[in-house]
Order: sequence, then structure tokens, then C-alpha cells
Amino acid sequence: MEHAAPPAWVMLAYLISGVFFILALRGLSSPATSQQGNRFGMAGMLIAVVTTLVTHEVASLPEILGAIFIGGGIGWVTARKIAMTDMPQLVAAFHSLVGMAAVLVAAAAFLNPEAFGINGADGQINPVSRVEMGLGIAIGAITFSGSVIAFLKLAGKMSGAPIMLPMRHVINLGTLAAIVGLIAYFTVDQSPWIFWTITALAFVIGFLLIIPIGGADMPVVVSMLNSYSGWAAAAMGFTLHNTAMIITGALVGSSGAILSYIMCKAMNRSFISVIAGGFGAEAAATGGPAKEQRPWKRGSAEDAAYMMQQAESVIIVPGYGMAVAQAQHILREMADVLKKQGVSVKYAIHPVAGRMPGHMNVLLAEAQVPYDEVFELEDINSEFAQTDVAFIIGANDVVNPAAKTDKTSPIYGMPVFDVDKAKTVFFVKRSMGGVGYAGVDNDVFYMDQTMMLLADAKKMCEDIVKALQH
Amino acid sequence: MDFISILSIFVMACFVGYYVVWSVTPALHTPLMAVTNAISSVIIVGALIASAAGGSPTAKWLGLIAVALASVNIFGGFAVTARMLAMYKKKER
Repeated sequence: MEHAAPPAWVMLAYLISGVFFILALRGLSSPATSQQGNRFGMAGMLIAVVTTLVTHEVASLPEILGAIFIGGGIGWVTARKIAMTDMPQLVAAFHSLVGMAAVLVAAAAFLNPEAFGINGADGQINPVSRVEMGLGIAIGAITFSGSVIAFLKLAGKMSGAPIMLPMRHVINLGTLAAIVGLIAYFTVDQSPWIFWTITALAFVIGFLLIIPIGGADMPVVVSMLNSYSGWAAAAMGFTLHNTAMIITGALVGSSGAILSYIMCKAMNRSFISVIAGGFGAEAAATGGPAKEQRPWKRGSAEDAAYMMQQAESVIIVPGYGMAVAQAQHILREMADVLKKQGVSVKYAIHPVAGRMPGHMNVLLAEAQVPYDEVFELEDINSEFAQTDVAFIIGANDVVNPAAKTDKTSPIYGMPVFDVDKAKTVFFVKRSMGGVGYAGVDNDVFYMDQTMMLLADAKKMCEDIVKALQH
Repeated sequence: MDFISILSIFVMACFVGYYVVWSVTPALHTPLMAVTNAISSVIIVGALIASAAGGSPTAKWLGLIAVALASVNIFGGFAVTARMLAMYKKKER
């Protein structure tokens, strides 16, 4: 029972759908073309779904439409309601769904290989298809359970602290080896127990891989799971000989991998050490020792308002603390007032400023900050030396000079903003006590040109705006 | 299609993915993740085939559930991406 080749137009339709997905990502090269790109993505999906509906034997139309309506409704309402700060957990939740869908499709293919046309002449499933199915269900299951843990951690429903099992590396490597071995054995023996054991082990390993990873590393984890969801789709594309799925899988897989790489680089952490887990636990433990008291200056909202009015240029360095304090709107108002008074205002964004890649850019865009005032680390870092005021709000580790100078620091080697080169530094912080995610002290607090603005970020910005308008 | 043609498409697509994704501006990395999420739900194609009535009734139900899950992602992913992209505005001049 060899699989009959579908008509040429069907293959062409899937190819067009794949090309549209490439164009969807291509559109994201600039905000100006991005919305059109998104529409290409929707069109590609419509083509793929309609082509499948008209060329394959599927369940009755009411059943299919019912499923699409229920799922689509939930998705659409969630997308409308979700707060932009909650985007990382939404994305993690969505990843888990792709993973589960891949598991279900692979399971259905195993139970009903006839419908997928993957049976060989002997009535058994083709050995190649068995490998593809095995990989599909394994990657899908890892994506699912890993994303569920990532979701729980990001949504604060589970402690962000790493959970370290004893011997976890041995357990993890053993489980992975067992999965690979079973997939290999599956090619000679297609007994159900092998297939379901692979599935169960993959669910377990996804869970085990993510629980030891701390909150600070979550941007990498979310990107990595993004990549996995792509590889899962690609594996199922191989099973179905479907170009749209293969192209998409490859795109999404590369996208997630590149984002993980960018995040790792921005934190100067190797991918292996992120996966090995435990970051955050050691930092919390070693961040404790009593530090020498060093003198620092406290500024007021009026000082900040005065200095910034006198300045020619101000660079704002926002961090996640600003979003937690919901200060982005009032911060943008502050920038507006300054711009009206002739001050040049720019925003400097570190890749890890938010909880996922590009998160801070979305939060600022939501607060109506024009995107051409927002600059990436490497584009703006040389400007601090010519800047009158650096205004740091809710950020800490990303401006810590210890990353450049102190080899013993846990954040050594991480690229940071050279705010110490600015003529004046304002550092908005709740109190002198708390230190950043990495739990290290920051020399910027104690510099001659630094004034600490100790208050809630939102309250401080409100006071500065009031002072500016006097 | 034989395995080698499919593999060729896959390898080429990985290269395309590599270059296209590096050209995405870092400011749009969150929408990138949301939209890749939406398009990876093209796995709905597999779910639709799985839902075929003939053969195994269990497989049919697995397929329908997978259709629903993928639909959450498709509608949710594209809608949230559209919502984010609409917020990116240029400076008023």
C-alpha cells in the first residue's frame, strides 16, 4: 500500500502556504512592514487548512468547524484580553498546545496509519515513518510538559526558584538515552508498548529539564521551547510528506534557536549551563554577605527634573522593575514633557530587559513610545559618553560595571550599558537594600555623578512630571 | 515524494529560516515568537487528517482535540501578534 502521490496543485498549494509563512517572518524586519507580514501568515494558514479539507478524507464538517470554533474562540478571547506584561506566560502556554497537538497527531498516526498513508507493502508502518513519528511524539511531549512548567513559573503559580533533584544530570541523560534507544528499536518492532513508553519518558524529561532552571533564565527557556515546537511540527511534516509543515517547522525551529542564542549571549551564559540549570539559587545564596557601607547621594524628584531640563540629551534605561511598577505610561509622559522643552530623549533597551526577547519593546510600544526613539544595546552604547543624563528605572544588572571589570562577579562578561560614562546618572530604585536578579552590588550607586531616586518608579515619575511643569 | 526530496526541502528551509530570522529587528522579537507560535500550528493539517472518520475512532477523537488545540494557537497567535504590531508607532512629526 504505497502512498498515492497527491495531485500537483495540492503540493503547490502547500508550497505557497510555506512561502507565505516565510514572508510573514520577513515582514518583521521592520515595524512598517510587520502588519502586512502577519496577514501573509494568516493567508498561508487559510490555504493550508482549506487545501487539507478539500483533498483529504476528514471528519464531518460540523465536527471540524465545531473544534475550530471552540479552540479559535478561546484563543481569540485570550489574545484580546491578555496584558502585555503577561506575554511570556501566554507564549509558553501556546507552546504547550503545539506540543500537545503534535503528540495527539503522532498518536493518531500510530493508531490509524492507513489514513496517513504511511503503511509499507507489508502492512506495517514504514521504518522511516516510525522514526519520524517517534521523534514527533517525543519532541511534542517534551515541548508540552516543559512549556507547562515554564508557564507555571512565569505566571508565578510555581516558585521561580530552581528545583534541584539529586543526581538530576544522570537521571536526565539516562532518560534521554532511553528515548533515543527506544526510537531506534521502534524501527524493528512497532509494538505499542515501545511507542507509549517513548511518549511517557518524553513527558517526564520535559518536566525534569525545566524544573531546575531559575526565573532569570526563563527568556532562554521560552525561546528554546519555541524552537522545539517547530521541530515537532517539522517531524510530523516528514510523516505526512507535507511541505507547508516542513518549511514552517524549519522556520520556527531556527527562530527559537536563534532567539535562545541571542538571549544566552546577552547574559553571557552558555546554552549548556542554562540547560544544566540552577542559576539564581547560587546567586541568592552568595548575595547575602554583609557589605561595607559606602557613601551614596540621594536625589529628589525636583533635582531630577531640574537636571534633565538643563540637559541636552537624556537616555532612559528601563528594566523590568519599571513594568512591574506599571510606570511605562508616566515615564513616556515625562519624556514627552522633556521633548517639548527641547531635550533629546532616547530609550536604551538591553536584550534581557524584559521577561522574553523583545518584551520591553512591546511594553514601551504599548505606552505609545515611538519605536524610532528606542535603541538596542549595541546601537546606543557609545552615546553615553556624550550624554548629559542617564535615567535608569527598574534596571540594575544591565548597567552594572562589574560585568566589565570584576572577574569574580556572577554577571562578569555580560554586555552592559556604559551609564558610568554619562555626566549625571539618576537611578530610580525602591530602596538601597534590594539588588538585581543576579544578587550583586552595583558600583553605579556610589559614583560621584549618581543620584539615587529612592521611591516607587511610578510615583517618582509622577513627581518628576509635576516638577517639570512648574 | 521520497525521503530525500523532503529532507532537501527541510534543509533549505532551515537556511532560509536562519537568514530571515536574523533579519528580524530585535524590537519585534516578541511578536516574532507569537507569530512563529501561530504558524507552527500548521500541524492542524495533521490533526485534520487524523480526524478522518475511517479506521480508528480513538484516532478520530485525538485528531479533533488536536484540531481544537491548534485552533487556539492559530487564532490566539495571529490575534495577539496583530494586537502587538498595531502598537508600534513612529514618532509624530
